[in-house]
Amino acid sequence: MNSIITSAVLGVIMMFSGIFLKKNSSIVALAILSILLLLVMAAMDLSGYHFFPVDTHNMLDFEPFGLLFNCIAFSCTLAYFLLNGRDIAAIGNNPGEYFALIFFVLCGISIASSFSSLLMLFIGIEIISIPLYILTGSDKRNLKSNEASLKYFLMGAFSTGLMLLGIAFLYGASDKGSFFLEDLALGRAAGSPMMMTGLILLTSSMAFKVSAAPFHFWTPDVYDGAPTVVTSFMATIVKAGAFIAFIRLFANAFGDIKPDWRIFIAIIAVCTLFIGNITAVFQQSVKRMLAYSSIAQVGFMLLALLTLNTYASEGIILYTAVYSISTIGIFAILVRMKDFSFEGFNGMARQYPVVAFTATIFLLSLAGIPLTGGFLAKYYMIASVMQIGSWLWLVIFALLCAAISVYYYFRVIQAMYFKEGVAQHLEISPAFQAMLILLALIVVLLGIFPELLINRLYIIYV
Amino acid sequence: MVPVLLIGIPLLAGLIGFSLKDVAAKKWALFASLLVLGVSITGICLPPSSKALLFNTPWMMNSLGTHFALGMDGTGQILCLLTALSFPIIFISTWKEQYKNAKNFFSLMLLSLAGLLGVFLAMDALVFYFFWELALIPVYFLASQWGGERRIAATFKFFIYTFLGSLMMLIGIIYIFFQTTNHSFSLAAFYDAHMHINSGTQAWLFWLIFIAFAVKMPIFPFHTWQPDTYEQAPTAVTMVLSGLMVKMGVFGLLRWLAPVLPMGTYMWGDTVSGLCIIGMIYASLIAMRQDDLKRLVAYSSIAHMGLMCLAVFATTDAGIQGVLIQMFNHGINIIGLWVIVFLIEKQFKTRKISELGGLAGKAPVLTTMLVIITLANIALPLTNAFIGEFLMFSGIYSSKATTYNVVFTVTAAITIILSAVYMLNMVQRVFYGPANARTENAVDIGLNEKVVLGFIVLVILILGVYPEPAIRLTQTAVESLLSKMYVKP
Repeated sequence: MNSIITSAVLGVIMMFSGIFLKKNSSIVALAILSILLLLVMAAMDLSGYHFFPVDTHNMLDFEPFGLLFNCIAFSCTLAYFLLNGRDIAAIGNNPGEYFALIFFVLCGISIASSFSSLLMLFIGIEIISIPLYILTGSDKRNLKSNEASLKYFLMGAFSTGLMLLGIAFLYGASDKGSFFLEDLALGRAAGSPMMMTGLILLTSSMAFKVSAAPFHFWTPDVYDGAPTVVTSFMATIVKAGAFIAFIRLFANAFGDIKPDWRIFIAIIAVCTLFIGNITAVFQQSVKRMLAYSSIAQVGFMLLALLTLNTYASEGIILYTAVYSISTIGIFAILVRMKDFSFEGFNGMARQYPVVAFTATIFLLSLAGIPLTGGFLAKYYMIASVMQIGSWLWLVIFALLCAAISVYYYFRVIQAMYFKEGVAQHLEISPAFQAMLILLALIVVLLGIFPELLINRLYIIYV
Repeated sequence: MVPVLLIGIPLLAGLIGFSLKDVAAKKWALFASLLVLGVSITGICLPPSSKALLFNTPWMMNSLGTHFALGMDGTGQILCLLTALSFPIIFISTWKEQYKNAKNFFSLMLLSLAGLLGVFLAMDALVFYFFWELALIPVYFLASQWGGERRIAATFKFFIYTFLGSLMMLIGIIYIFFQTTNHSFSLAAFYDAHMHINSGTQAWLFWLIFIAFAVKMPIFPFHTWQPDTYEQAPTAVTMVLSGLMVKMGVFGLLRWLAPVLPMGTYMWGDTVSGLCIIGMIYASLIAMRQDDLKRLVAYSSIAHMGLMCLAVFATTDAGIQGVLIQMFNHGINIIGLWVIVFLIEKQFKTRKISELGGLAGKAPVLTTMLVIITLANIALPLTNAFIGEFLMFSGIYSSKATTYNVVFTVTAAITIILSAVYMLNMVQRVFYGPANARTENAVDIGLNEKVVLGFIVLVILILGVYPEPAIRLTQTAVESLLSKMYVKP
């Protein structure tokens, strides 16, 4: 409860900060302090200090899994603000409001990570989505940004409709007429046609939110059109948050009827991996490539949804953390660039060795090379599928796709290190570089000692 | 303690190296590699049961069930010695080469040294996999940054090939992990796992793991990355690739495949041996038509590795012993060849055999060295390679694992003749005949190179005349390996 209330209040504070604070830098500073406070609150929640004893009538259920994810999401947002705070404020004329919207999204994420009723899922997902529609179009004078916003809004509204329909079906299918996940799981209706219809509708709309194929068509355009700073936030923290909700939904409501829907998720995973990776290969812009690569990464995360075992829950925590950190790091560099093409990275290693080096670590992590967190994250996903057996073809397919992904991630590394060229001018402060090094260190550290994060799942304070 | 030092020294030295000056980095790298050589010799001199040769600490225990386990046993020892010996040789022989950003070059070399030693020391499958990749990444950067004109494409092909292979191996490792009794990655648990895996499963599991090793060795038809990469990589890196990294494949076969999946190895023995034979003949024929020295040596290496793979699948004690000894000897010999190629290219700015000639009169020392190393490469008696190849041939001939042992022996022997053809032909065209405009003013090699080549020639001759130490060092390893493999009664 701490994080939900704090983030909402902080969002309101940020909204009015524009009246009192005139300078962008002071608004950024306030945002950083706020997110720090939010992070502390979330960490206290995880450690058993609950400050807001609100009776939610069991509509929210605060488990270590969700609370830990909140901490990850807020830490990533902190890193994001520290790296790109200045750039967020520079999107347009209302810097306070951009931060306010981000805090509202975080509020939605904290609801979506702990819901135990379908209504709360719906509210959480909507609180995430609506500020994002605005953020996507926040670069008001840019036509591409407007187009992206409209496209995202229309498609998002449609998927919301599907979600409501699915929820209605599930409500009807449950014995007692209940929105609670546990009632769905225990009910006699498990596996009935009505429930399966609801499940498929709900899955489709959630797949839309995490941009899994074949519901991914909005992703490249929206990610490309939105201001790059916003893309960074959407592709990482938001996507991870939606995915955690996806996992929670299936683990708590449909965990008992896995055979009924596994093949459905497997097909989505295969499509997502295939389309994401193959299309990313042909991109000429690094920003668009990252959009497709984020689709491909979701394909890997979907393997956790398929299995829902211990490996999956441990792995998805690691995956979301590592993926978010790496992608935020890459985008932080991209935000400072003017030319997003692969050639724009030529000769970067000579002029900006620190930036090139950290970017290499982030890319190696995304590609899943050992000694980076990305490898272990993928490893957990694969091991979770191997554990349930009989899905070996899926593992082989996923790894073939991982090999394809090496191609487009390494293109950036090749441009930075091996291609001659004069790198474009980047405005980079020592603090920015130090932050990048810190993130790279975290990525490597999680690749060697994943327990640092995963063991937190099992420390339960009452 | 010894294994930790072996990996820790180059790893730390490599990381420190990035912050050094370019000039100092070269000496620093040589110093670190000599230190590693000292430690590895200490490791070999210690009694095999010594506690200092083992290291084990829990790592990712809670979540993944793996131990950071290292150990230096017979098979590992001989390859550690080869690796530790090769790096100082490589550094000294290419001492005069000027690299841009030399500090990065030498630091990456040290990191690849750490990765290689890790592969040979790992006693836990996941640790093995980690080091397997760790050895690859620095080499990728080395070859892509300091290589020839087409370096980026060639190295990338190499990277994708090996990466794909290792991913398949990862699936195999995880599969076996779930079959072990108490879910462990340790080598001992893996050696027991085959009792829970029926032979049908072993049959396909074999290929998942074998592909990784086959790409690395390389075995036909997974070899296409190799000539391009060898040609494009800077010579120092080519030495690492051909002298040491290809041994990772044979080593993996001996430690992580044949004893882990004995039935799978037995069942596919004939198929793989057939591929080896095809590859050997094919590579030898292509080598005969090569005009580029680097490509010639590259193809000859494919032929030699094919023979080693063939001998592993023969599963006889002579064969395996031959492989162990030959891994060491081949490493030394091929590095010697690369040193000579490097010297020729440096002096004459060409690697084309057709553009060279008549060096013998101008550079007698170089010629003598080359002739000895060439003779070793075609396994003439009294050179080190003879003993290894002799053992392998007798192993293949007496093999009970296949009914085609005679066919394999005869065809493999033909490639030895072919290798004599292309190697001697190369010597003749490069060193004898009339000198041309390019080679008129040739000068002989300097002291550095004399020391290095002299040392290599010394090793060739000593091990050729007196192979006893090598045989003794590998004896126990052969017995323990063979006891875990499936040998047809």
